[in-house]
Amino acid sequence: MELKRDPRAPMIPERDRDKRPALECVGLGIDFGGLTAVDDFNITIAPTEICGLIGPNGAGKTTIFNLLTKVYRPTRGSIYLDGKDTKSMNTTQANRAGLARTFQNIRLFKELSVLDNVLVGLHNEMDYRVAGALFRLPGYWRAERIAKGRAKELLSIFGMEGMAYHKAGSLPYGSQRRLEIVRALATNPAVLLLDEPAAGMNPAETDDLMHNIKKIQETFQIAIVLIEHDMQLVMGICEGVAVLNYGRLIAKGTPAEIQSNPKVIEAYLGTGGGGDDAAS
Amino acid sequence: MIFVNQLIIGLQMGSIYALVALGYSMVYGIVKLLNFAHGDIIMVGGYIALFALTSAHMPPVVAAVVTVLGCTALAVVIEKLAYTPLRSAPRLSLLITAIGVSILLQNVAQLLFTADGHSFPAHMLLPAGSLTIGGFQVAYTALITILASVASMVALTILVQKTKLGKAMRAVSEDTGAAQLMGIHVNHIITFTFAVGAALAGVGALLYSVQFPLIMPTIGVMLGLRAFVAAVLGGIGSIPGAMIGGYVIGLLEVLVVAANLSSWMDGVVFLILILVFMVRPTGIMGRPMLEKV
Amino acid sequence: MKQRFTIPMPARYGINIGLLVLFLIVGNLIVGGNLLPRAHSNNVIQVGFFIILAVSLNLSTGYLGQLPLGHAGFMAVGAYAGAIFWRSGLLPSEASLVVGLLLAGVVAAIFGVLIGIPALRLKGDYLAIITLGFGEIIRVLINNLPAITGGAQGLLGIPRYSTFLVVYICVILTCGAIHMLMKSRHGRAILSIRENEIAAESCGIKTTYYKVLAFAASAFFAGVAGALFAGNLGILVPGDFDFMASINILMIVVLGGMGSMAGSVIAAAILTSLPVVMQPLAQYRMIIYALLLILVMIFKPSGLLGTYDFSLSRVIERLVRRITAGRIKEKGAK
Repeated sequence: MELKRDPRAPMIPERDRDKRPALECVGLGIDFGGLTAVDDFNITIAPTEICGLIGPNGAGKTTIFNLLTKVYRPTRGSIYLDGKDTKSMNTTQANRAGLARTFQNIRLFKELSVLDNVLVGLHNEMDYRVAGALFRLPGYWRAERIAKGRAKELLSIFGMEGMAYHKAGSLPYGSQRRLEIVRALATNPAVLLLDEPAAGMNPAETDDLMHNIKKIQETFQIAIVLIEHDMQLVMGICEGVAVLNYGRLIAKGTPAEIQSNPKVIEAYLGTGGGGDDAAS
Repeated sequence: MIFVNQLIIGLQMGSIYALVALGYSMVYGIVKLLNFAHGDIIMVGGYIALFALTSAHMPPVVAAVVTVLGCTALAVVIEKLAYTPLRSAPRLSLLITAIGVSILLQNVAQLLFTADGHSFPAHMLLPAGSLTIGGFQVAYTALITILASVASMVALTILVQKTKLGKAMRAVSEDTGAAQLMGIHVNHIITFTFAVGAALAGVGALLYSVQFPLIMPTIGVMLGLRAFVAAVLGGIGSIPGAMIGGYVIGLLEVLVVAANLSSWMDGVVFLILILVFMVRPTGIMGRPMLEKV
Repeated sequence: MKQRFTIPMPARYGINIGLLVLFLIVGNLIVGGNLLPRAHSNNVIQVGFFIILAVSLNLSTGYLGQLPLGHAGFMAVGAYAGAIFWRSGLLPSEASLVVGLLLAGVVAAIFGVLIGIPALRLKGDYLAIITLGFGEIIRVLINNLPAITGGAQGLLGIPRYSTFLVVYICVILTCGAIHMLMKSRHGRAILSIRENEIAAESCGIKTTYYKVLAFAASAFFAGVAGALFAGNLGILVPGDFDFMASINILMIVVLGGMGSMAGSVIAAAILTSLPVVMQPLAQYRMIIYALLLILVMIFKPSGLLGTYDFSLSRVIERLVRRITAGRIKEKGAK
């Protein structure tokens, strides 16, 4: 289907104006029982955009990631990945269609090595079948060699190649978050969804992460959507920011516009809680 | 006439299954554990009742109370020794432990009382005669079984729905962490739940022994599995569900026996289980669960 | 940086093959050379099919992270399929042996897929109970179809194909195949499901496919073990495949360490030999096992070996490294 997009929308970076959006949500919503967790969520993500998704706790940010990755089935609305409707897809297919994510509560394969975690991400980049594995056919050796090289290359983004044989669960918290990003990248996504990548990191680590996210976007030429409470990080690298409150989009715009938007200020500091999250 | 008699036997069996199913359902609802040892607690209850009546010559009411208390105490000991240390362990470990407890109880019973059946003096517990209601002969045992189990279930419903303790049980089952934050002693509530389940199993043990007066170390296995199927069929975690499931399985059993297919019974029971899982995994009264991501 | 000593790939396979041949010779001497009383030498063969059963159950328990309680059901399907085929005498004995074993595995695997598709949609305890139900249904079917299975009286006159050599080869092929599978992208996919199913899906792993694959492979090997069991005893009765049989296999896997093939092999050897060695304690056997099961879960849930997998090459590498390191130190001291 032909997608309608407002070319004057301030969120779309100049370089992507003429390209098809990588991800588009139209009227997305979900109810849990009688409770509407997300409603009427519309967003367009350009192919090489870094977009921030912010909002007080419980605003529905992670729920949106779960909707995008089909962990939850939307009650209303549509999601388009590179123009394709993802209605009939499950989580696995959504990933293969180009959507990769990290999790707010880290979900690594803890008992596996760091390298194996990334190799699981590279699963679909390899092509040998079960027979190829059982009889160790040439295709097995070739694919495994290439994948291992690729995995180490990806780990080197965060300087983690030295930890390749450590158990993922034994890594310090920050490294676990970084490994999740590497694993997601390994699936060769067009859109990378990062759920609070800087949570639990100190300012120096956060700064480092910020540069690496930028580097990932530049090297891989992909779109990145990140949920984050650290405003310095959001304002530092995001080209567009969307603000969510009570499951609804209350503002969209450039970081500068968002910072001066009265609705946003009210959502964070106004009538209810969640203000401390944005204090930084 | 035959139909009504069969129906009554079915309800009698169903009452027992329902009582046992409640134990599974409550424990599953609160700690998400399929308590494999639950059936074997009934077996132990059978032996307690047997020896209370024969060796200790207790009057029936005292023997019944001793049986119920014995089952309760056993369940609490098992819970404290085997399950409490595993509170934060993966559910797989808990399930394997429960299987271990089940095998342990069976084999200790076999060591103590041999694998042979001991005949149970049903007449010492309940009167043997029958009552004529509207032209139908209803055995006292059937009547008492049905009444006793309905009374137990009503009592349980009141406990869970109307008392503070029941509210705490529901809270723990809903969200253990939040319940703890609200000042509920989660461990006490869990132990209490096991105890209530086992007390119902004790009642079940008495009624079962009357209906099938032959106590063996393995009687708990099939009874337990059928009751578990009843609990799943009704919707695990749901009290009315367990009752409905129990009566369905009881009536089904009568039907299968009447059709002269009793050697197929366990196959039929599990076939139903598989069908339930395929068509409606939450059972008749259950609620779907959503994993938090 | 100093090059760490590692044995190159082809040599690793060479070492392993050498080890296997050594075991074969020793085993054959023990069983064929009448070094042991007959009961004991037959026990060596029994260890063989219990290894296959444990290693195959470990695939769905230790690697996939599910808890099927109907492994004996798959074993039964394979045992009866193999035995009925062998009794038919359609093929000359060598061919019959091979075809019968394959048939046993394939029939069991088909059942594995049939039961796996509904069962694997469910989690944890539900899967346990549904597989338990499957095992019971199989037993009820065997009991009630005497025309095909001999019913409760048993199936008699099964050719005794399960010599030490046959069982040994099957053990090697089973362990080898599962090892090759697990050290591949397919194996990693299976492990990732155990570790975190939602994350696995988010990495593009077809979780249902891999669950069914692991389950079917597990059933396949259980079926082969069942046929070997039939070919060892020469008679099958439905009671051989009851719930306790499934629990026995589970016990081996749990005690050995869920997720460790070496652990399964060692535990299978110990638990299968113990009753023979410790005849006087026979009546306490199940009590001891049950207590072990509970204590292991409470105090060492990872079992004997955890997820550690034995590799002779790695041991040699370590030894060599230690020796050379020692030499370097000596040189330094001089």
